[in-house]
Amino acid sequence: MARVDVKKTYKLYIGGKFPRSESGRSYEVYAAPSTTRRPRTEPPRFLANAAQGSRKDARDAVTAARAAQPGWAGATAYNRGQVLYRVAEVMESRRPQLVQEVRDAEGLSPAAAEAVVSQAIDRWVWYAGWSDKYVQILGGLNPVAGPYFNISASEPTGVVAVLAPQGSSLLGLVSVLAPIIVSGNAAVVVTSADRPLPAITLAECLATSDVPGGVVNIISGKASEIAPWLASHRDVNAIDLCGAADADGVDWAALEEASADNLKRVLRPAGEGAGAVEPDWSQTPDLSRLTAFLETKTVWHPKGR
Amino acid sequence: MNTPATDVDSTLDATARARDLVGVSRLTNSALTGWLHGLPGVDQVGCEARAAGLGTRSIKTTSKAWAIDLAISMIDLTTLEGADTRGRVRGLAAKALLPDPSDLSTPRPAAVCVYGDMVTTAKEVLGDSGVKVAAVATAFPSGRASMAVKLADTQDAVRAGADEIDMVIDRGAFLSGDYLTVFHQIAEVKKACVRADGSAARLKVIMETGELVTYDNVRRASWLSMLAGGDFIKTSTGKIQPAATLPVTLIMLEAVRDWRDLTGTMVGVKPAGGIKTSKDAIKFLVTVHEIAGEDWLDNHWFRFGASSLLNDLLLQRQRMTTGAYSGANYIADDSPSTAY
Repeated sequence: MARVDVKKTYKLYIGGKFPRSESGRSYEVYAAPSTTRRPRTEPPRFLANAAQGSRKDARDAVTAARAAQPGWAGATAYNRGQVLYRVAEVMESRRPQLVQEVRDAEGLSPAAAEAVVSQAIDRWVWYAGWSDKYVQILGGLNPVAGPYFNISASEPTGVVAVLAPQGSSLLGLVSVLAPIIVSGNAAVVVTSADRPLPAITLAECLATSDVPGGVVNIISGKASEIAPWLASHRDVNAIDLCGAADADGVDWAALEEASADNLKRVLRPAGEGAGAVEPDWSQTPDLSRLTAFLETKTVWHPKGR
Repeated sequence: MNTPATDVDSTLDATARARDLVGVSRLTNSALTGWLHGLPGVDQVGCEARAAGLGTRSIKTTSKAWAIDLAISMIDLTTLEGADTRGRVRGLAAKALLPDPSDLSTPRPAAVCVYGDMVTTAKEVLGDSGVKVAAVATAFPSGRASMAVKLADTQDAVRAGADEIDMVIDRGAFLSGDYLTVFHQIAEVKKACVRADGSAARLKVIMETGELVTYDNVRRASWLSMLAGGDFIKTSTGKIQPAATLPVTLIMLEAVRDWRDLTGTMVGVKPAGGIKTSKDAIKFLVTVHEIAGEDWLDNHWFRFGASSLLNDLLLQRQRMTTGAYSGANYIADDSPSTAY
């Protein structure tokens, strides 16, 4: 007797739980056409139904992120590094699944998908290593003309909204997410609209690797629908517009204007408006994505004799 | 259809009226027991299903804006902690006067609810602003003290200027079937609420429904409290879980509705404890409207005992006026400072 398929429901990741969208909506996700074989005329292959997040899901995610952020920032840098390294371990153990999903999502050859997943895991480890090192590099004792110590130290910005890259569904996502959370920020991520499945699997890795619930929240759906609410949300401290490049119907000017209302930090991708492009994620990053979501606290202290 | 809305008369002789209503010449515990146990039992499943059903109503934008303002005006802004300081009470009272400094059209809460020794402090800030001062009395929250102490506690708060007294019933006596004791205690405290000039503080009777075990007991305690002269029936102290649930409040709303049919006097309802979100508050308002009726949609007859609810209502209000989701940074912080 033929076995009935057990199909997976891809859900959102909010506050450490996997809810369906509050709106009850879902949308169909199809495989990308292969980039290695000759183009064929058959219709795209159906992969799964993904939850289509709404503004209320984003609101709930921000609430969860706000609640989780102080505890995460309060953990020792060493501990955050350990936890993030653990994420890489769990990703490694799910490698075949990630490879398959990246292949389907991006139309890569098996070898190329393997390489992308390896890079994504390595990038997570790379950023994890920075957890207890960047503060020394970015801060320190400032020279002042007076009998004072003057010390600068980096602190996380708070709750960061992220429009994940539309093209690179796993490596790109890891490259924007890891530098945000390594310093103690909490993130609300809107996935690539057409390629959400690797992001949801990453959420499963996060959920099983000691990252406190709410530190990372992942919402699949359309950036054009959810981004304006995150940009205007007064409890969001910064927004990474990376995934606005190539996203359908995203109004850049409106997003930046809304972000200005509560003086959010805005990180824009390279290029202007419609000409914006996704970076080449295969390059080894510098610290700019990490420093973009840090605040510098400077303390004056009188010198004793 | 509607009977006129009248307050409970402060000079009321509760025992005489109770004799009248119960239909006996002498009010004994067995007479009270017979009367209270003669009330129809609560259908638990039906009650919970009704409450759940009322909680699923879709509220449209304009109604929601109205409901949020109404809910804010119904709040008894509460701080009942051992660690309360005068500064904290002053801060809370200042917040009641100006709940949202960024929007002066925000209504004020109905009252500030504090321990008896903080009444003077709260009164100093609130003055004649119209925001009332409510004091918990009668050995709140347990109610385990002698009657003399309970009465002194009440008189003390009334003399300090409390507009409203929140008393707790003796749950031990109630649960052991000693309804007459509970009746007399409420009636005595009611008398202690009378001021020197003959006016009286309104009396809220806290039944602590979380300790009453069954819905039938909630119904009996509601009727007993009203019979003894309570101006308000209140679910909980906020110190016990579960506190104000929707089914319990529904039963109490049925009780005040039926009480008005029977006696012509209106009694208020105050759910307290555990109502934290605007969504919850609106569910309660829907229930008030559907069960007791529109007359109770007024802060003279319905209150929320809450501390964090106000902040969430303010956030939702800001969301509706500005069009953007708001955050805790845009709300006056009334949490006790732990920095020192």
